[in-house]
Amino acid sequence: MLAALFFGFAALLVVTSLMVVLHKNPVASALFLVLAFCSLAGIYLLLHAEFLGMVQIVVYAGAIMVLFLFVIMYLNLQHDVETGLQIAVRRGIGWLAGAALVLTGAALLRRGWALGPANDSVPGMESGNVAAVGRVLYSRYLFPFEITSILLLVAMVGVIVIARGRSRSARDGA
Amino acid sequence: MIPLPWLVTLSAIVFAIGVVGVLVRRNALIIFMSVELMLNAANLAFVAFASHLRSLDGQIFVFFVMTVAAAEVAIGLAIIVHLFRLRETVFVDQIHLLKG
Repeated sequence: MLAALFFGFAALLVVTSLMVVLHKNPVASALFLVLAFCSLAGIYLLLHAEFLGMVQIVVYAGAIMVLFLFVIMYLNLQHDVETGLQIAVRRGIGWLAGAALVLTGAALLRRGWALGPANDSVPGMESGNVAAVGRVLYSRYLFPFEITSILLLVAMVGVIVIARGRSRSARDGA
Repeated sequence: MIPLPWLVTLSAIVFAIGVVGVLVRRNALIIFMSVELMLNAANLAFVAFASHLRSLDGQIFVFFVMTVAAAEVAIGLAIIVHLFRLRETVFVDQIHLLKG
Protein backbone atom coordinates (compact mmCIF):
# COMPACT_ATOMS: atom_id res chain seq x y z
CA MET A 1 0.00 0.00 0.00
CA LEU A 2 2.74 2.43 1.02
CA ALA A 3 4.82 1.48 -2.01
CA ALA A 4 1.83 1.88 -4.34
CA LEU A 5 1.10 5.34 -2.93
CA PHE A 6 4.77 6.27 -3.24
CA PHE A 7 4.94 5.16 -6.87
CA GLY A 8 1.75 7.05 -7.66
CA PHE A 9 3.04 10.28 -6.15
CA ALA A 10 6.50 9.77 -7.69
CA ALA A 11 5.08 9.20 -11.17
CA LEU A 12 2.87 12.29 -10.81
CA LEU A 13 5.88 14.31 -9.60
CA VAL A 14 8.12 13.27 -12.50
CA VAL A 15 5.44 13.75 -15.16
CA THR A 16 4.39 17.18 -13.89
CA SER A 17 8.03 18.29 -13.53
CA LEU A 18 8.63 17.30 -17.15
CA MET A 19 5.53 19.21 -18.20
CA VAL A 20 6.82 22.31 -16.36
CA VAL A 21 9.93 22.17 -18.53
CA LEU A 22 8.26 21.13 -21.78
CA HIS A 23 5.05 23.17 -21.91
CA LYS A 24 5.09 26.27 -24.11
CA ASN A 25 2.51 28.20 -22.12
CA PRO A 26 3.98 29.75 -18.92
CA VAL A 27 0.60 29.67 -17.11
CA ALA A 28 0.28 25.92 -17.77
CA SER A 29 3.85 25.44 -16.55
CA ALA A 30 3.04 27.22 -13.30
CA LEU A 31 -0.10 25.12 -12.77
CA PHE A 32 1.84 21.91 -13.43
CA LEU A 33 4.39 23.11 -10.87
CA VAL A 34 1.55 23.47 -8.32
CA LEU A 35 0.61 19.85 -9.02
CA ALA A 36 4.24 18.79 -8.63
CA PHE A 37 4.45 20.52 -5.25
CA CYS A 38 1.23 18.85 -4.11
CA SER A 39 2.52 15.38 -5.03
CA LEU A 40 5.75 16.20 -3.19
CA ALA A 41 3.64 17.10 -0.14
CA GLY A 42 2.04 13.66 -0.45
CA ILE A 43 5.48 12.03 -0.39
CA TYR A 44 6.36 14.08 2.71
CA LEU A 45 3.21 12.74 4.39
CA LEU A 46 4.26 9.18 3.54
CA LEU A 47 7.62 9.91 5.22
CA HIS A 48 5.92 11.05 8.47
CA ALA A 49 6.87 14.70 7.88
CA GLU A 50 3.32 16.00 8.31
CA PHE A 51 4.36 19.53 9.23
CA LEU A 52 6.48 19.88 6.09
CA GLY A 53 3.71 18.44 3.95
CA MET A 54 1.30 21.11 5.14
CA VAL A 55 3.92 23.88 4.85
CA GLN A 56 4.74 22.65 1.34
CA ILE A 57 1.11 23.11 0.27
CA VAL A 58 0.55 26.41 2.10
CA VAL A 59 3.86 28.13 1.26
CA TYR A 60 4.89 26.59 -2.07
CA ALA A 61 1.64 25.65 -3.78
CA GLY A 62 -0.13 28.58 -2.14
CA ALA A 63 2.02 31.65 -1.71
CA ILE A 64 4.95 31.16 -4.08
CA MET A 65 2.95 29.86 -7.04
CA VAL A 66 0.34 32.60 -6.65
CA LEU A 67 3.23 35.07 -6.89
CA PHE A 68 4.43 33.33 -10.06
CA LEU A 69 0.97 33.33 -11.64
CA PHE A 70 0.46 36.96 -10.66
CA VAL A 71 3.69 38.00 -12.40
CA ILE A 72 2.97 35.89 -15.50
CA MET A 73 -0.45 37.46 -15.91
CA TYR A 74 0.84 40.93 -15.02
CA LEU A 75 3.44 40.71 -17.79
CA ASN A 76 0.80 39.24 -20.17
CA LEU A 77 3.22 36.66 -21.61
CA GLN A 78 2.29 34.78 -24.76
CA HIS A 79 3.38 31.30 -25.79
CA ASP A 80 7.15 30.95 -26.05
CA VAL A 81 8.52 30.96 -29.59
CA GLU A 82 11.75 29.00 -29.57
CA THR A 83 12.85 27.97 -33.03
CA GLY A 84 16.10 28.03 -34.98
CA LEU A 85 19.26 25.95 -35.21
CA GLN A 86 20.95 27.57 -32.24
CA ILE A 87 18.01 26.81 -29.94
CA ALA A 88 17.86 23.21 -31.20
CA VAL A 89 21.57 22.68 -30.54
CA ARG A 90 21.26 24.15 -27.07
CA ARG A 91 18.21 22.01 -26.36
CA GLY A 92 20.10 18.87 -27.36
CA ILE A 93 23.06 19.81 -25.17
CA GLY A 94 20.69 20.53 -22.26
CA TRP A 95 19.01 17.13 -22.49
CA LEU A 96 22.40 15.40 -22.81
CA ALA A 97 23.63 17.19 -19.69
CA GLY A 98 20.50 16.15 -17.80
CA ALA A 99 20.90 12.52 -18.89
CA ALA A 100 24.57 12.61 -17.83
CA LEU A 101 23.50 13.94 -14.42
CA VAL A 102 20.96 11.12 -13.96
CA LEU A 103 23.55 8.50 -15.03
CA THR A 104 26.11 9.93 -12.59
CA GLY A 105 23.54 9.75 -9.80
CA ALA A 106 22.66 6.17 -10.74
CA ALA A 107 26.35 5.21 -10.70
CA LEU A 108 26.72 6.75 -7.23
CA LEU A 109 23.60 4.95 -5.99
CA ARG A 110 25.00 1.54 -6.91
CA ARG A 111 27.34 1.70 -3.92
CA GLY A 112 26.08 0.95 -0.43
CA TRP A 113 26.80 4.23 1.32
CA ALA A 114 23.81 4.93 3.53
CA LEU A 115 24.30 4.46 7.26
CA GLY A 116 21.63 2.69 9.21
CA PRO A 117 19.35 4.57 11.61
CA ALA A 118 20.80 5.58 14.95
CA ASN A 119 17.74 4.37 16.87
CA ASP A 120 14.52 2.64 15.99
CA SER A 121 11.89 5.07 17.25
CA VAL A 122 10.58 7.69 14.85
CA PRO A 123 10.84 11.10 16.62
CA GLY A 124 7.53 12.77 17.27
CA MET A 125 5.56 9.53 16.96
CA GLU A 126 3.98 9.82 20.41
CA SER A 127 3.35 13.59 20.56
CA GLY A 128 2.96 14.37 16.85
CA ASN A 129 5.33 15.64 14.18
CA VAL A 130 4.38 19.31 14.54
CA ALA A 131 5.10 19.34 18.28
CA ALA A 132 8.43 17.57 17.79
CA VAL A 133 9.53 19.94 14.99
CA GLY A 134 8.49 22.95 17.06
CA ARG A 135 10.43 21.71 20.06
CA VAL A 136 13.64 21.30 18.03
CA LEU A 137 13.10 24.53 16.08
CA TYR A 138 12.66 26.69 19.19
CA SER A 139 15.49 25.13 21.18
CA ARG A 140 18.49 23.94 19.19
CA TYR A 141 17.75 25.97 16.04
CA LEU A 142 16.46 29.12 17.71
CA PHE A 143 19.27 31.37 16.46
CA PRO A 144 19.02 30.31 12.77
CA PHE A 145 15.26 30.74 13.10
CA GLU A 146 15.71 34.36 14.21
CA ILE A 147 18.24 34.96 11.42
CA THR A 148 15.56 33.72 9.01
CA SER A 149 13.25 36.52 10.10
CA ILE A 150 15.97 39.07 9.28
CA LEU A 151 16.40 37.41 5.87
CA LEU A 152 12.70 37.78 5.16
CA LEU A 153 12.77 41.43 6.26
CA VAL A 154 15.73 42.13 3.94
CA ALA A 155 13.92 40.39 1.07
CA MET A 156 10.79 42.46 1.69
CA VAL A 157 12.69 45.75 1.68
CA GLY A 158 14.67 44.65 -1.37
CA VAL A 159 11.54 43.77 -3.33
CA ILE A 160 9.97 47.14 -2.59
CA VAL A 161 13.13 49.02 -3.60
CA ILE A 162 13.57 47.02 -6.83
CA ALA A 163 9.94 46.99 -7.93
CA ARG A 164 9.45 50.73 -7.31
CA GLY A 165 12.15 51.33 -9.91
CA ARG A 166 13.79 54.63 -10.55
CA SER A 167 10.77 56.45 -11.89
CA ARG A 168 10.32 58.57 -8.77
CA SER A 169 14.00 59.49 -8.47
CA ALA A 170 14.11 60.28 -12.21
CA ARG A 171 11.14 62.61 -11.81
CA ASP A 172 12.72 64.25 -8.80
CA GLY A 173 16.01 64.69 -10.64
CA ALA A 174 14.41 66.20 -13.73
CA MET B 1 8.89 2.21 5.24
CA ILE B 2 9.90 3.45 1.79
CA PRO B 3 13.46 2.38 0.87
CA LEU B 4 15.98 5.20 0.88
CA PRO B 5 17.41 4.50 -2.64
CA TRP B 6 13.98 4.99 -4.23
CA LEU B 7 13.64 8.40 -2.61
CA VAL B 8 17.16 9.50 -3.50
CA THR B 9 16.64 8.32 -7.08
CA LEU B 10 13.40 10.31 -7.33
CA SER B 11 15.21 13.34 -5.92
CA ALA B 12 18.01 12.95 -8.48
CA ILE B 13 15.52 12.65 -11.36
CA VAL B 14 13.62 15.78 -10.31
CA PHE B 15 16.90 17.67 -9.84
CA ALA B 16 18.04 16.63 -13.34
CA ILE B 17 14.72 17.81 -14.80
CA GLY B 18 15.30 21.16 -13.11
CA VAL B 19 18.82 21.38 -14.56
CA VAL B 20 17.48 20.58 -18.03
CA GLY B 21 14.85 23.28 -17.63
CA VAL B 22 17.47 25.88 -16.75
CA LEU B 23 19.65 24.84 -19.71
CA VAL B 24 16.93 24.43 -22.33
CA ARG B 25 14.37 27.16 -21.71
CA ARG B 26 14.94 30.84 -22.48
CA ASN B 27 12.00 32.29 -20.56
CA ALA B 28 13.28 33.76 -17.30
CA LEU B 29 10.09 32.75 -15.45
CA ILE B 30 10.39 29.11 -16.54
CA ILE B 31 14.05 29.16 -15.50
CA PHE B 32 12.91 30.35 -12.07
CA MET B 33 10.39 27.52 -11.86
CA SER B 34 13.14 25.04 -12.74
CA VAL B 35 15.28 26.45 -9.93
CA GLU B 36 12.30 25.85 -7.63
CA LEU B 37 12.17 22.25 -8.86
CA MET B 38 15.86 21.79 -7.97
CA LEU B 39 15.31 23.27 -4.50
CA ASN B 40 12.43 20.87 -3.96
CA ALA B 41 14.53 17.92 -5.10
CA ALA B 42 17.11 18.88 -2.47
CA ASN B 43 14.29 19.17 0.08
CA LEU B 44 13.10 15.69 -0.81
CA ALA B 45 16.61 14.32 -0.22
CA PHE B 46 16.72 16.10 3.17
CA VAL B 47 13.38 14.62 4.25
CA ALA B 48 14.32 11.17 2.95
CA PHE B 49 17.54 11.08 4.98
CA ALA B 50 15.82 12.58 8.02
CA SER B 51 13.27 9.79 7.85
CA HIS B 52 15.96 7.16 7.29
CA LEU B 53 18.15 8.36 10.17
CA ARG B 54 15.14 8.89 12.49
CA SER B 55 16.22 12.49 13.05
CA LEU B 56 14.30 15.76 12.86
CA ASP B 57 17.24 17.97 11.86
CA GLY B 58 16.70 17.31 8.16
CA GLN B 59 13.12 18.53 8.41
CA ILE B 60 14.31 21.73 10.13
CA PHE B 61 16.70 22.32 7.25
CA VAL B 62 13.86 21.91 4.76
CA PHE B 63 12.00 24.58 6.69
CA PHE B 64 14.95 26.96 6.28
CA VAL B 65 15.31 26.09 2.58
CA MET B 66 11.64 26.97 2.08
CA THR B 67 12.20 30.36 3.74
CA VAL B 68 15.19 31.11 1.53
CA ALA B 69 13.21 29.97 -1.53
CA ALA B 70 10.37 32.34 -0.66
CA ALA B 71 12.79 35.27 -0.31
CA GLU B 72 14.57 34.28 -3.54
CA VAL B 73 11.33 34.06 -5.51
CA ALA B 74 10.15 37.46 -4.28
CA ILE B 75 13.45 39.17 -5.18
CA GLY B 76 13.76 37.32 -8.50
CA LEU B 77 10.26 38.13 -9.65
CA ALA B 78 10.77 41.79 -8.71
CA ILE B 79 13.91 41.82 -10.86
CA ILE B 80 12.03 40.18 -13.75
CA VAL B 81 9.21 42.72 -13.53
CA HIS B 82 11.76 45.53 -13.51
CA LEU B 83 13.62 44.01 -16.50
CA PHE B 84 10.35 43.69 -18.38
CA ARG B 85 9.64 47.38 -17.84
CA LEU B 86 13.08 48.28 -19.21
CA ARG B 87 13.41 45.78 -22.06
CA GLU B 88 9.84 44.58 -22.83
CA THR B 89 11.04 40.96 -22.78
CA VAL B 90 11.69 38.11 -20.33
CA PHE B 91 13.82 36.06 -22.72
CA VAL B 92 17.30 35.80 -21.31
CA ASP B 93 18.88 35.73 -24.80
CA GLN B 94 17.73 39.28 -25.40
CA ILE B 95 18.95 40.54 -22.04
CA HIS B 96 22.70 40.80 -22.53
CA LEU B 97 23.67 44.27 -21.37
CA LEU B 98 24.85 45.20 -17.90
CA LYS B 99 23.98 48.83 -18.66
CA GLY B 100 20.55 49.76 -17.30
